[in-house]
Amino acid sequence: MEEQLLDKSVIETGEMVLNMGPQHPSTHGVLRLKIHTDGEVVSKIEPIIGYLHRCFEKHCEKLSYEQIVPFTDRCDYLASMHMDHAYSLAVEKLLDIELPERVEYIRVIISELQRIASHLVAVGTFGLDVGAITPFTWTIRDRERVLDLFEALCGARLLYNYIWPGGVSHDLPPKFLERTIEFLEYFDPQIDELNNLLTTNKIFIERTADVGVLPPEVGINYGVTGPSLRGSGVNFDLRKNEPYSVYPNFDFDVPLGEGIMGTLGDSWDRYYVRVLEMRESAKIIRQAIEQLPDGDVHAALPKKVRPNAGEVYGRYESARGDVGFYIISNGKNIPLRVKMRSPAFCNLSVLSEISEGWMISDIIAILGSLDIVLGEIDR
Amino acid sequence: MTFSEITDHIESKTSGKISLIEGKDVIQVTPDNWLEVATLLKDDTSLQFDYLMCISSYDKGNNKTYGAAYNFFSVQLNHYIEVRVEVEDGTSIPSVAGLWRAADWHEREAYDMMGLHFENHPDLKRILLSEDWEGYPLRKKYTEPDYYHGMPVPKDKSYWD
Repeated sequence: MEEQLLDKSVIETGEMVLNMGPQHPSTHGVLRLKIHTDGEVVSKIEPIIGYLHRCFEKHCEKLSYEQIVPFTDRCDYLASMHMDHAYSLAVEKLLDIELPERVEYIRVIISELQRIASHLVAVGTFGLDVGAITPFTWTIRDRERVLDLFEALCGARLLYNYIWPGGVSHDLPPKFLERTIEFLEYFDPQIDELNNLLTTNKIFIERTADVGVLPPEVGINYGVTGPSLRGSGVNFDLRKNEPYSVYPNFDFDVPLGEGIMGTLGDSWDRYYVRVLEMRESAKIIRQAIEQLPDGDVHAALPKKVRPNAGEVYGRYESARGDVGFYIISNGKNIPLRVKMRSPAFCNLSVLSEISEGWMISDIIAILGSLDIVLGEIDR
Repeated sequence: MTFSEITDHIESKTSGKISLIEGKDVIQVTPDNWLEVATLLKDDTSLQFDYLMCISSYDKGNNKTYGAAYNFFSVQLNHYIEVRVEVEDGTSIPSVAGLWRAADWHEREAYDMMGLHFENHPDLKRILLSEDWEGYPLRKKYTEPDYYHGMPVPKDKSYWD
């Protein structure tokens, strides 16, 4: 049908430029899309970003290494723990320090809980984008339980400042592990409910299957990472490819898109990879709780973070993909340069490529399936 | 492949086009040779760096030398390399957006923030800041303007004293 609409001989058409955003509920934040359309068919999209720009990288040049953590919190506000963890790993690589086992396990438990929370928002809002309201309220309800756990852990629900270079701010509070197990027991059946309600819903499949197909080689060329790339069947997960922390100790799978409902790499695949990843995260948390050793979490916290002169590029698999921190140190307690590679920044850049030839209403579905967070794109 | 294997391989294909930095696992390339080396990195069957992770611009601090650090990864072969290209202010670096589409936005960001110019970039314009912003904020000598479109840029910190 698209070809017929694009065929100029059928009807006289002309290009029209439509603005979507910056204040539009479907753009997941303050993102402006300049959409070039021919009738209802999209020919090109220019994402205009920077509305949330607060010059994070310039701030870093005036702050000591420890003071940067609250700033990394605010980059990806749906997965703050991941950003802190990514930054801390990079600084620890620069400092060349060994962490106590207990810290590594606590970090893994927290990171995987955060991944569940972040994916719950991603799948919920994706449903909301294509018109399914109920799943959103359900996923937010379940995410609330994770936020309650985090509140018990460090007092904050959104911006934690919990994972620090060299360790974590507190040890686990009493009953935290029991509450986490309780949550997992509760959560596993919820995924089945979500599958019944949304994943296999006829209307949802019609809206998302075959829409916005991302071929694997295009995805890699654009630097797309995380669940968005794995939806195209590329087995690329830093937890497996370049294991950091204690991830080699756990047995888990990397879910890949298979094109079950349509073509490989369509919006439905990207969505479903996230659903499957939540199960894998739950699996990792259970194993980590079983293996959790005793110890002092503050043992390796440096009195003053003052790395030797040099550079480091630290990588981390966050809920949205491959986070990179490029840090240049000149031997002082303030970094010379901090550059953050934001996964959603690269994921968004592929939007124009995969949206070509689709209707405007499909753009909403494609954008939702990429799961962007503007705080991290604009930095 | 390890770092030394990669550099030996590049050296055997293009003699004298790359240099190494002492004590670091980093390749340095001059802007003139960069496009040739980049093409080799991407297309050579035993290198296959198909994934450009990040382009980080940096300021050497002497008010004239600026650099870009490229971090590559090969999803196929699971190896990693960092390449640096350094230029004097006013000289441009060849764009690699034709090889890796990921470079498009990253180069725009390096231009926007550090003022690096990329030759033959498809659409080199500011990405995070507004089009009419003056100066390049991440340069060390950058001073913020007093006014932007008539609005004062707050610098008065007396409130906190």
